[in-house]
Amino acid sequence: MSSNAEIERRIGKEYQAGFFTNIESDTIAPGLNEDVVRFISAKKGEPEWLTEWRLKAFRAWQEMTEPDWAHVSYPQPDFQALSYYSAPKSMENKPKSLDEVDPELLATYEKLGIPLHEQMALAGVAVDAVFDSVSVATTFREKLAEAGVIFMPISEAVHEHPELVKKYLGTVVPQRDNFYAALNSAVFSDGSFVYIPKGVRCPMELSTYFRINEAKTGQFERTLIVADEGSHVSYLEGCTAPMRDENQLHAAVVELVALDNAEIKYSTVQNWYPGDEEGKGGIYNFVTKRAVAHTNAKVSWTQVETGSAVTWKYPSCILKGDNAIGEFYSVALTNNYQQADTGTKMIHLGKNTRSTIISKGISAGKSQNAYRGLVRMNPNAEGARNYTQCDSLLIGDQCGAHTFPYIESKHPSAVIEHEATTSTVSDDQLFLCRQRGIDTEKAVSMIVNGFCKEVFKELPMEFAVEAGKLLEVSLEGSVG
Amino acid sequence: MISIKNLHANVEEKEILKGLDLDIKPGEVHAIMGPNGAGKSTLGNVLAGREGYEVTQGSATLNGKDILALEPEERAREGLFLAFQYPVEIPGVSNLEFLKASVDAVREHQGKEALDSVQFLKLAREKCKAVNLDASFLKRGVNEGFSGGEKKRNELMQMMLLEPQLCILDETDSGLDIDALQVVAEGVNAMRSAERSFIVVTHYQRLLDYIVPDYVHVLANGKIVKSGGKELALELEEKGYGWLENSDNGAE
Repeated sequence: MSSNAEIERRIGKEYQAGFFTNIESDTIAPGLNEDVVRFISAKKGEPEWLTEWRLKAFRAWQEMTEPDWAHVSYPQPDFQALSYYSAPKSMENKPKSLDEVDPELLATYEKLGIPLHEQMALAGVAVDAVFDSVSVATTFREKLAEAGVIFMPISEAVHEHPELVKKYLGTVVPQRDNFYAALNSAVFSDGSFVYIPKGVRCPMELSTYFRINEAKTGQFERTLIVADEGSHVSYLEGCTAPMRDENQLHAAVVELVALDNAEIKYSTVQNWYPGDEEGKGGIYNFVTKRAVAHTNAKVSWTQVETGSAVTWKYPSCILKGDNAIGEFYSVALTNNYQQADTGTKMIHLGKNTRSTIISKGISAGKSQNAYRGLVRMNPNAEGARNYTQCDSLLIGDQCGAHTFPYIESKHPSAVIEHEATTSTVSDDQLFLCRQRGIDTEKAVSMIVNGFCKEVFKELPMEFAVEAGKLLEVSLEGSVG
Repeated sequence: MISIKNLHANVEEKEILKGLDLDIKPGEVHAIMGPNGAGKSTLGNVLAGREGYEVTQGSATLNGKDILALEPEERAREGLFLAFQYPVEIPGVSNLEFLKASVDAVREHQGKEALDSVQFLKLAREKCKAVNLDASFLKRGVNEGFSGGEKKRNELMQMMLLEPQLCILDETDSGLDIDALQVVAEGVNAMRSAERSFIVVTHYQRLLDYIVPDYVHVLANGKIVKSGGKELALELEEKGYGWLENSDNGAE
């Protein structure tokens, strides 16, 4: 048997987060119109300005069409067949503390390896747990408040810190930015809000764990992180969903604001259900993530994307202030029939701005994996620099890897470097490993992990180990 | 040690080995010489279990065990080591990580305890020194950007770490200058012992000045056509292979 066939036989282990929590939920009837938007806003008791803000987005969305330029193909979702709000019934009357939270919900997170009781939680990591359309619990809030850090569901921040939310919401990703961002702006349910005051170094890692549970619903979370002057924060998000035959939609918006001299490190481990071996089911992950970096600020995106049936995602940096730094480190792994079109945009506006892009695409099975990136040097970006490295690794001979780099330079002193490689896990490499006593699975995992090393070292330590394991599981069955 | 009987093997439907017999006792060094295309490299690849090398007839046993029935990694764990003619690069995987995984797998098979990272690093550094490689090579990707000679010394280092029963050196001399050749030969000689056997595959007699074999076999047309002592190598150097190929009455 050729080792490619063996590779394919072995990639394909069970998705381990694929269970469903049987819990009574409040789910509105499918369909989307102004009344639904008003319903969601009312459900959250939002002030009028926000209801109007949503309606404006909804009206814009109605005029827009789905983007079709990405290297992915899938049947167009029927937006009227989805339900836009679903919350566990037990969350109706907001639990005051963890003791009042439905144990079934807590058990769900525990099963996913995210204990929400603070004494059991990972030391030094505060978690906001979002279940379908609502936040279930946010840990370590008091401890963070001592440092002046605000970390809470955005639905609560609207009430408790309206001035901050109003000031920054939609400033990085405007309502009509694109089709999915407009949809999200109209119907966003929950997500996290973070504010780090001037000069504060956030004492813990912050993280949000997104879980889609209910069938035929979409998740539309909205995250807003504001790092005030000279502050520093590291934030991580994780995502999983049950295994289902039908596709589910996830359209998130993440906005990051790094004011002068601030630093935001944003890491994602995305493990939405990818669909089965035949390509049935899985999440459509259509996400808009963008950051603005002011003078001397630094924003770093790190993503490990292993899940979702279709991924459409370009975490970007607008380097607005002089000397601002943007970084993008990405590992995107696709297997079976998964499709990913992911990359970044680095928009250099300020002088001496710098950006680094390291993208590692791994394709196995019959999957398609595309890197799409834009580096733009605007007329004022004197002395700006970009370095891009884009590597693809192919496992087997039925998958595809594609690279679409776009470069626009409007300043003669700007320097843009681009390197790209494509390699395969060759039979000769596997034979060398096996001749030294190392079995194929271990060999592939070593080679793939080696390929991703530059990105993994950017992840917070606990998650780097997790990410390595996740790749191993996602690749199982791909090699023999 | 190893006993090969009437071995026939195909590569891409073409018969390359056509009834090869070879018996090697513990501690012996056998040189396999022969013209290009005789099947010299095929022998090593068949014994190691490389994909695409199909055994159609015959047997091979290592210490009484039918190795042809085993997966390549199992053969390696049983003590069969193939030093490659052209060692492949594995970028991104550090030499140290690779060596540790290899030694761990073999030790586990032998029921020995795994070495901890500190012990292993110490051992790997010693072996580096023995083959005249700077310890910085442990941190580099497997064979990544190594020169021809460095790759061969890296192979030799792996052999020293794994302490195999049967070492097959596949044209180890190719691409080596005389200094590198001497280093490799010294390393091999240092590993010679009463329990360990070697198959040294080479096109030229030069290597055998440094690694002196107990027996020399000539492989032509897929089988061994002549065997003798080390002096046979000198005779071949002088006369070439033509006279033997012509005398091969079994050829088609």
